[in-house]
Amino acid sequence: MTRSVTPRRKTLNTALAWVIGLLIFFPILWTILTSFKTEAQAIASPPLFLNFNWTLENYAIVQERSDYMRFLWNSVIIAGGSTILGVIIAVPAAWAMAFVPSKRTKDILLWMLSTKMLPAVGVLYPIYLVFIRLGLLDTRGGLVVVLMLINLPIIVWMLYTYFREIPGEILEAARMDGASLKEEILYVLTPMAIPGIASTVLLNFILAWNEAFWTLNLTAVDAAPLTAFIASYSSPEGLFFAKLSAASTMAIAPILILGWFSQKQLVRGLTFGAVK
Amino acid sequence: MATQHSRSVARLMMAPAVVLLLGWMLVPLTMTLYFSFKKYLPLRGGDLGWVGFDNYVRFVSSSSFWPAVQATLMIVGGVLVITVMLGILLAMLLDQPMWGQGVVRILVIAPFFVMPTVSALVWKNMFMDPVNGLLAHLWRFFGAEPISWLSEASMTSIIMIVSWQWLPFATLILLTAIQSLDSEQLEAAEMDGAPVLKRFYHIILPHLSRAITIVILIQTIFLLSIFAEIFVTTGGAFGTRTLTYLIFQRVLESQNVGLGSAGGVYAIILANIVAIFLMRIVGKNLDA
Repeated sequence: MTRSVTPRRKTLNTALAWVIGLLIFFPILWTILTSFKTEAQAIASPPLFLNFNWTLENYAIVQERSDYMRFLWNSVIIAGGSTILGVIIAVPAAWAMAFVPSKRTKDILLWMLSTKMLPAVGVLYPIYLVFIRLGLLDTRGGLVVVLMLINLPIIVWMLYTYFREIPGEILEAARMDGASLKEEILYVLTPMAIPGIASTVLLNFILAWNEAFWTLNLTAVDAAPLTAFIASYSSPEGLFFAKLSAASTMAIAPILILGWFSQKQLVRGLTFGAVK
Repeated sequence: MATQHSRSVARLMMAPAVVLLLGWMLVPLTMTLYFSFKKYLPLRGGDLGWVGFDNYVRFVSSSSFWPAVQATLMIVGGVLVITVMLGILLAMLLDQPMWGQGVVRILVIAPFFVMPTVSALVWKNMFMDPVNGLLAHLWRFFGAEPISWLSEASMTSIIMIVSWQWLPFATLILLTAIQSLDSEQLEAAEMDGAPVLKRFYHIILPHLSRAITIVILIQTIFLLSIFAEIFVTTGGAFGTRTLTYLIFQRVLESQNVGLGSAGGVYAIILANIVAIFLMRIVGKNLDA
């Protein structure tokens, strides 16, 4: 959408938008900057913006003292595992709903969505109890399953909206040419579905990475991901701005980068196709 | 077009997802309902028998119930008002032609990708700390007395933090909706000399109404269950104990499972009331 505006108005828009954008982004920028300061510089008054001695020591200390890599690895396994598992279960389901729709398809989709609305706290104790009984408390496997289940409705929905965009005529053409169901899926549909699946994976990885109810309540030490690692800094003895910043920066950096690629899918994924 | 054979294949393909979600919904829900009718204290005697609706009555009549309802409504309401209003303005601004639009968009969206524990802790320490926080520096710079944000203005602080997290979501969705607006219509109105406010009320706002409704409904569902932001900042103190947090405390901290479960059932009912409206909109869209 291109509209012609006067250069003056464009300049004004640009200036205003950049000021607001930077203001919104500022807490993140400030965290990243602080992570490169010494503790003394981090609480200096007046605050230092760029005129300090940049140091990497906080990153080394955070890693050394709290074994950051272990939490990072837990986050990767939990977010990655739940996403992959979810997609494996959701692809056939979304596929069936998109290409062999029946009268009940819509009801099933809406019902799946409704499970997403179930407040986690309402089922906290049952899940907690089941976890204890099955020995899943503080295990990565348990969290993979729970996060897969809470994101499954979104995964099915996103895939469904993507699959529905694949024109049915292509399938019919393939069938005319004598393609079997297997060939149809492997050589015709899959290549067309890859972008949609990739976007779904990306958004759900982000959602699982940032999930902070189940990861806080169902882990203690062994399976704790980055959300819990950061929460451990809320205790008073952890009050070191520079180290907190370094830990925070490391926890959010991978997702900020992934998020940049996923901004288009965000709207589709989070509104269940209601806003396009 | 679909044959009997392909229908049964389709059913088979859907089965794992349907069965898993059915289990995920029914098993914990049944257990929560079951516990909610029991006096159940795992650390103090365990299962002490059926008590009927006692837990439901006690949860509502406890002295912390109404403050929790109030806190929940204030947070949800406050964040909704801030994010929707600023979101509309920001979306309209970002829709204008400008240099570096892509970069500004990323700057605005970024907070959404920050995990809740990080944003809560960064705000709590680096901005709201009454001694070393950036806001304290700012206040002193203007000669004012720094505020202990999270104890003196706890509700405002939480609303600020959560609004910062959700403003990107509202902006992004409203921006997507604005971009689908026919620009010729706007230009025609501009040519006809319709003032800015009139154009906003008669063209932009009606066009956005559906997107706004969706933003409100989805955010409400998520905001009703915010947890980490309170967990790492006030821990429910200073009047910021929401319903979600109250139930969490009943269940896991004081291990009064029966009482907490009754609270959980209330939370589920509340969320479902909101959900019904959302589902109706989403369902309509599915037909289109």
